[in-house]
Amino acid sequence: MSPWLSLMIESLPSLLWACLLFTVPLTLLSFALGLGLGFVAAITRLFAPKPFAMVVRFYVWIIRGTPLLVQLFLIFYGLPSAGIVLDAFPAALIGFTLNVGAYTSEIIRAVLLSVPKGQWEAAYSIGMTWAQALRRTILPQATRIAVPPLSNTFISLVKDTSLAAAITVPELFRAGQRIVATSYEPLILYVEVALIYLVVSSVLSSLQARVEKRFSRYGGYMEAAS
Amino acid sequence: MIAVENIHKSFNGAEVLKGVSLTVPEGSVTALIGPSGSGKSTLLRCVNLLETPQSGRVRIDGAVVDFEPGRKVDRADVLALRRKTGMVFQNFQLFPHLTALENVMEGLLTVLKWSRQDARQRATELLDKVGMSAKADAWPANLSGGQQQRVAIARALAPSPKVLLCDEPTSALDPQLAAEVVEVLAQLAREGTTMLMATHDLRLASTIASNVLFLDGGNIVESGPSAQVFGSPVDPRTKRFVSSLASVSIGQG
Repeated sequence: MSPWLSLMIESLPSLLWACLLFTVPLTLLSFALGLGLGFVAAITRLFAPKPFAMVVRFYVWIIRGTPLLVQLFLIFYGLPSAGIVLDAFPAALIGFTLNVGAYTSEIIRAVLLSVPKGQWEAAYSIGMTWAQALRRTILPQATRIAVPPLSNTFISLVKDTSLAAAITVPELFRAGQRIVATSYEPLILYVEVALIYLVVSSVLSSLQARVEKRFSRYGGYMEAAS
Repeated sequence: MIAVENIHKSFNGAEVLKGVSLTVPEGSVTALIGPSGSGKSTLLRCVNLLETPQSGRVRIDGAVVDFEPGRKVDRADVLALRRKTGMVFQNFQLFPHLTALENVMEGLLTVLKWSRQDARQRATELLDKVGMSAKADAWPANLSGGQQQRVAIARALAPSPKVLLCDEPTSALDPQLAAEVVEVLAQLAREGTTMLMATHDLRLASTIASNVLFLDGGNIVESGPSAQVFGSPVDPRTKRFVSSLASVSIGQG
């Protein structure tokens, strides 16, 4: 067996372990929390009184306007100077959640607006309250439209978690770096790391296709309009 | 009984309704006719408060809501009044993520908290009434416009409203599909459903409505039994409008 191949096989368990223990939980947790945050932010931006909506705009402006890596450094290395000391994983979780929240709030806002106003009126006309109309009529339709852009955010997030390596989270990329430090084989190791990210993203993309298919069962909007 | 008293409504300073009053006796059908922009739709939408009038009063079967400039209306009062109405929209507005049957069940389940079984039974009966029971499990996207509108009528009737508000129920349909909808509405009228409808469809208005109100420029210009308003209109604006409707209807064959 070629020495390269054997190195790849040897290093695979520790890379997969790092992926399973840190990359996957970091991705899933920050996406779930970020989605919740994004939903609250979108609803606030659309329906809450102006001062609250302004707070949301400010938050989205800051997060989208600054690099994720800088945000992570601020939280992990910067905040201790202000007396807030966080472990690497929670610091990364907070950074990614804030990031996902800002981007998804814009997606959720857009898809909520994309449901025709007549659907709100139809819901009201059969006696629904605002909350019932949102939950029963608007969200199911908005969710369907949101699947592709949210999947985009999710898949980007998987890859972005590699930035957590810079604040010492021992996730997939950092595990790769460590092995490079002892094996002096950066090419082979980073190819391997890249392949693992590729496999994970591909699995997620195929999941996205399945979710979209499930939502398409009631016919397209183009059909509805024709 | 439905009574609307002295309703004023303006959008961005443009007054659309200039103090309109009307009553719809129980079991009767009233048609609102008039040129585009005359305020028909707005008036209809003020009855179920999809639009909030600046001033006036809306009363349906004991529920009353008063409007005054600068005073907020109580949300519970709005909901109570609205729940005495059902509405049929020009563009149907069926819920695209629900089947025909689920569309009709939705208000019963979500608003009235009926059991699934009871809701399903009532929805099935209503779909049968509008001749759509064969399509109960179809998605709205797979129904024709006339079929969608008939499901929408069943949906509006499901919570047993005191009045059915119809906003141009046939305008988005070609004459043939419109005919099926007119037929369903005529059947409801014969059964004593109270209806208030805005329409351009002379066939719809003349066959179903017992009373006709002619609205122009935010005022009711002429009103009376439909035979009288269509047969021998008094106001010159009504005359002109009725004759233009007649020529359009003949043109459509």
